[in-house]
Amino acid sequence: MSVAGGDAATRPGVAGLGVWLGGVGLRLSVLIGMAVTWQLVTTLVDDPVNWPTFVDVIGRFWDSWASDPDAWLRSLAPSLGRLLAGWFGAVIVGVALGSLIGLSAVARHSVGPIIQFLRAIPPPALLPLFIVLLGIGDAMKVAMILFGAIWPVLLNTVDGVSSVEPLHRETGRVYRIGVRDELTRIVLPSAAPKIFAGLRMSLSIAVIMMVISEMVATVNGVGFELVQAQRSFRNLDVWATIVLLGIIGYVLNAMLAAVEGYVLGWHRGAMRTRS
Amino acid sequence: MTHPLLEVEHLGYRYGDADAAAPPALDDISFRVDHGDFVAIVGPSGSGKTTLLRCIAGLGHPTWGEIRLGGHPVTDVPKELAIVFQDYSRSLFPWMRVRDNVDLPLRHMGLPAEERRQRIETALAEVGLSKAMDLFPWQLSGGMQQRVAIARAVAYRPEILLMDEPFASVDAQTRADLQDMAMAVWKAHDSTVLFVTHDIDESVYVANRVIVLSAPPTTVAAEVPVPLPRPRDQIDTKASPEFVALRAEVARLIRRRKADAVGGTSPAETAAITDDR
Repeated sequence: MSVAGGDAATRPGVAGLGVWLGGVGLRLSVLIGMAVTWQLVTTLVDDPVNWPTFVDVIGRFWDSWASDPDAWLRSLAPSLGRLLAGWFGAVIVGVALGSLIGLSAVARHSVGPIIQFLRAIPPPALLPLFIVLLGIGDAMKVAMILFGAIWPVLLNTVDGVSSVEPLHRETGRVYRIGVRDELTRIVLPSAAPKIFAGLRMSLSIAVIMMVISEMVATVNGVGFELVQAQRSFRNLDVWATIVLLGIIGYVLNAMLAAVEGYVLGWHRGAMRTRS
Repeated sequence: MTHPLLEVEHLGYRYGDADAAAPPALDDISFRVDHGDFVAIVGPSGSGKTTLLRCIAGLGHPTWGEIRLGGHPVTDVPKELAIVFQDYSRSLFPWMRVRDNVDLPLRHMGLPAEERRQRIETALAEVGLSKAMDLFPWQLSGGMQQRVAIARAVAYRPEILLMDEPFASVDAQTRADLQDMAMAVWKAHDSTVLFVTHDIDESVYVANRVIVLSAPPTTVAAEVPVPLPRPRDQIDTKASPEFVALRAEVARLIRRRKADAVGGTSPAETAAITDDR
């Protein structure tokens, strides 16, 4: 960006083109460069079973996933359902609990160590326990996703809610706006930038937890397809499924970023004015 | 029997972390504000002006003494009162448009939607911001932001409006404009204003009466009536001999009180300070 900006400053006639090339063009050329490198290296290695070429992987991704609505229904839909149920659960519980804890200094100090302990447990380690407690059905998988994804939301909400500008809350008190409006119109909007940072982290954790929970004792889902492909030596399908998982993560993150851009438009504007 | 709108009696305040032997921040403050009055409180910096205002607003609790609003002791934030804080950037909500900032206090007053809308528009028109209604506060200059804060207070229609150094953070020309605007709003609404400032000129220019505070432990040093005719004018009023005399009187009161406070510990120091002034 800074390079493109410098060009634009010295040659105002091509400013728009320069910025455009610097932005989209740069990203696109890096992507193409990587694909070409992949293709060249795998062609040279010439081991199509273990190291398939870029063209082969994308071809298989197209055949097995992109062009097959049946595969979407069979595998993608259950996976996304679990992912969204677990993630939204984590968001709702995390923001609600985080607000309660963040608003009370006593709660912060008493619950703090417990949260730090629970957060320190690697979520995949809970898989055996959750299977014992909840079986191998969707409830277990949703619970795994929720447990893994809740911590960034919870901790960032506590942080955001407890650091609301005191004068903002006092202004609310002076104008007697009531507890509900104080929470929904002052505390939560003020904490929103930090909460969204937590949402982004938790979303990528939710994708990880989805795959892990689907790799054991399951009959459908993207994680299940991945393990099935590996067990039946369909290596090209393993690669294609990994591409699919990357795309899922990327698209979900882009959607969240769009929501964030809309909700936090005021924040970006205020930050820009301050600097 | 009718009460004065605001009565402050023998109010004292000691900060929670200060030990009991230390002198209190506010020692003995008593004054009254009647309906329709415009009273300025002026005092040296550090004299606890903001603390006093916070106690009146129910945001802080006096260590001793009593505050009554309309005859009732103030224990929590009273509903008859609004504040304009000095720090508009931390008092306005950056996630709300100007219109919504003004609307927030009105949401719980049980007003019909039409009256709410009208109050917002009238208040913003009064402060000259009709066109900024759909902007965010951070898109406005400092002076305009403080106008929004004033519009928010005006739309709330409080019986008494507290202003805590409201114009201390804006430039001189804006400050003059805002002083005139505050007086116009006060006149238009027949409201009551308690205006805290450290600026002697400002206190004499806007108020009917100036309450002069001493240095801490703070007491009321004097009450100075300001019989200057209204409407007042930035140039003519400030050039009048009456204004100049009143300003000098308030300045002398503050200086004497400051010297007295220091004089308790060291006469030599007092002399130095008096000479210096």
